[in-house]
Parts: sequence; structure tokens; C-alpha cells
Amino acid sequence: MYVAVKGGERAIDNAHAWLAEERRGDPALPLMSVAQIREQMALAVNRVMAEGSLYDPDLAALAIRQARGDLIEAVFLIRAYRTTLPRIGASRPVDTGAMAVDRRISATFKDLPGGQVLGPTFDYTHRLLDFADQAAIDPAPLAAPDTAPVPHVTAILDRDGLIEAVPQNDTPAPDLTREPLELPACRALRLQALARADEGFTLALAYSTQRGYGRTHAFVGELRIGRVPVEMDIPELGFAIEIGEIELTECETVNQFKGSRTEPAQFTRGYGLVMGQSERKAIAVSLVDRALRWQELGEDFTGAPAQDAEFVLSHCDNIQATGFLEHIKLPHYVDFQAELELVRRLRAEAQEAQP
Amino acid sequence: MSASPLPQRRNWLSILAKSSPERLAALLPDLPAHEWLRAPETGTVMVQGRISATGAPFNIGEITVTRCALRLPCGTEGHGHVQGRSHAHATRAAALDALMQTDPAAHAPLVETLRLEAQTAREGRAARAAATRVEFFTLQRGED
Repeated sequence: MYVAVKGGERAIDNAHAWLAEERRGDPALPLMSVAQIREQMALAVNRVMAEGSLYDPDLAALAIRQARGDLIEAVFLIRAYRTTLPRIGASRPVDTGAMAVDRRISATFKDLPGGQVLGPTFDYTHRLLDFADQAAIDPAPLAAPDTAPVPHVTAILDRDGLIEAVPQNDTPAPDLTREPLELPACRALRLQALARADEGFTLALAYSTQRGYGRTHAFVGELRIGRVPVEMDIPELGFAIEIGEIELTECETVNQFKGSRTEPAQFTRGYGLVMGQSERKAIAVSLVDRALRWQELGEDFTGAPAQDAEFVLSHCDNIQATGFLEHIKLPHYVDFQAELELVRRLRAEAQEAQP
Repeated sequence: MSASPLPQRRNWLSILAKSSPERLAALLPDLPAHEWLRAPETGTVMVQGRISATGAPFNIGEITVTRCALRLPCGTEGHGHVQGRSHAHATRAAALDALMQTDPAAHAPLVETLRLEAQTAREGRAARAAATRVEFFTLQRGED
């Protein structure tokens, strides 16, 4: 418990004034514009949008500047802002099969319809710091554009029944932002929680499955990044329009499955879909998604953290986590006073009891 | 989306929703006289995906959306639903929606300009992506 304490107003005001000065840094340097952050720190912006669960690049860039680059603080600002906005409605489910792909790779098939498209990737870079001025760049080479839809890789396995079927299903999605999380959580709810989960936490959990804590033998069947239109029914109009366009990263894993009493041996799926260009996060989500499916697929629960839905879903949200973690630095004078009294009393009693 | 010079209402509303507020303001600097049916309001739309791309829907996260509705002096109603938080963007989209209903031939070129610019941007990315497509070739093996 913490209690309200008065008397700190002046100190708080002055602390915030100093924060503003520190945030600004050397006033001899120009202030970074929101547009500069949006354009040149795009992956930080993407992370704040994904974990803030609100796709608006200018807002995320503004939050990053206000938070001095502390991305969890920026996510906090976005989550807080989001609560001030009314919900207008829900989109139709986006069609990632119709995505205009910037990047699309498969680790399972070399030759596939649509090809391996590397996109603007860090892969195969030497990870050597470049001290050259990066202001001037050569234009990226162009080739004849192919705007035909790129089929999903798992459809190739699906055709031969070698991978679990995805049942057609229009069950309305539960919404974590409307109803509190209840366990057991269905896969739709888990995927929503993971889409906005902390990237570091999700990465660590996914890595733990690779190291043997709930191993799922995942291959990246497909990873794609690109833009999809967001379509929504407008009741006043009586038809749907494309109300916007967002960038998404989608990862589908192909996992080993030996089969069970009722199912023949076939591959199974893990799935991750994250807002923005967030490739590490999307892969991590798909590994954790697959690990969480142990019960549905008749696998053993080995006690691995990534298999434990209660553990994963209760700890993956960095705003919940940081809120609870950081609150212990706020005044707890009364609690501590009580503990202090207790320790003193116990010590006094122990001393008296000594012969 | 249709390339016809007189697009369907669904198409022009979609083009306007996804256009940049600055670009639309440059193309339509002056608004026609209008009265509000619903003043601009910013909110969110929950975007849904599907499990494994084709299965049950789930929520990915929200986008910001601004909407409004207005009426021209002639009585035509226009609806604006745009991505982002710009009230001016939604207002212009609603005004154009009404104008496209009253005089499509006069305003279709503006919509067509936006459509072509979006297409050019999309093709620009597709051309860069195409240049990063891996062309595998197999090295000749000794035993053949």
C-alpha cells in the first residue's frame, strides 16, 4: 500500500522542468522533428505502435521524443492516449494474402511462387558500424514490379494435407481491451495479447522454446512484411470502404508433429501477426503461439514457461509489468514503518528470551 | 480499384481515406459552403486479422480514424472517414464525397490524381522489392 503524501509539489514541478531541459539536450542543436523520427527511427516507431496497440506513426514518433527515447515510456503514453479516443468500430479481417509485399522469405522452400523477396533487410549486412555520413545515399535499384497477390507458402503443404488444416471460422474475436483477460484464453485472445506484448519478453520466451523449454521444432515457413488495406463496413453508407492502410509483419511457422491417436503425422502451425515492420517480434510470437497450443495438439506439458498460458499472458504486457514494478519506488512510508516496528519487536523479543 | 474516370462511391471514399492530408489540401484548397451533420471526430477502429491468415478472426490493434458528415447547400450529403487524426482531412473527404455525387465529371480528375499517385507509390515499392528477389542458380555438379 502507498499513501498520498503532500509537500512535494515544488520539488515535482522543478523536477519536471529539469526533465524538459534534459529532454531537449544541447539547445545549440536543432530539435528533432516528429517527421524526422517517423522517417528515420521507423523501427522504433513500429515497436511503439505494436506494443502501444495503436497504429499512428506520427503519434508514436511524438511519444518517442517526449519519452526521450524510452520506448516503454512511449508505449505508456500511447496506451494512455488511446483511452481518450472513442471506438468507432472494428475492421473486416485483413487479407494478408493480398498484401503488397516488401519482403517475403521462406526457410522451408527455396523455389516457390512469388519467389524469395529480401526487402529492406539487415540480414547479410556485416554489422560493422559505418562512420560515414549517411545523409547521401544511392537510390535503390528497381526491377519490373510484380503486383500480383503472393500466395501463402503453407498453402503448398495444405494442398497435400501435409499440414494441419485451418478451419473456416467466423467466431467473433474476443477483445482484451474490452473485457479483462480470463483463462483459459482462446487462441484469438492469446494472439491479440502477443501482438501487443513486450518484444524482449516474447523474444526470450521464444528463445527458451528453441533451447528446449517446450521445444516445437519450428521452421519459418514464411515471413512477409508489407501493406494491407483496412476495410470497414460503414453503417451510414450501407457498404464497406477501405478506411486506411497499415504495414504488417506476418510469420507462419511449420512445426514437427508426430501425429496422435486421432491425427496422422503432419506438420502443425504457429502464427504471429504484428503491426509495422517487426520481424523479430512476429517470429517470436509464432513460436510462443505454437508452444501454447500443446493441449489442443495433445502434447505433454513439460512445465516450460512458454507452454504456460497463465504465465505468458499475465506477464507479457510491458505496461502492466512496468506499472507494478515501478510503483514500488513510490512512497511506502507507512508500510515500511509497520515492517520496521515488527522487526524491532521480534529482535527485542529474541533478546529478552536469551538466558 | 477501378481505373475508370468516373469511379464508384466506394472507390473514391477509399482513395480519399488513404490519401495524405497535405496532398488533399493542396489539391482542394478551398472548401465548398456546407453545414455539419456530424462535426469531425477522431476515434479508433480495431483492426482484425485471421489466425494463420485464413482462420478465426482476432484483434491485432487499433488505427486512428477521423470521421464527419456534412451537407452542401443543394442538400447533398457527404461522408468522410479517413485514416489518422486530421479533422481537415476528414472534412475535405466529406466535401469531395458530396461534390462527386453532385458533379462527378468536374471532380473525378482530382480523385484520379490521388489514385494514380497511390498507385505510383505502390509500384515504386514493388519495383524495389522486385530488385531484391533472389534468383537462385545451381552450380554445375562434377558427376554430370
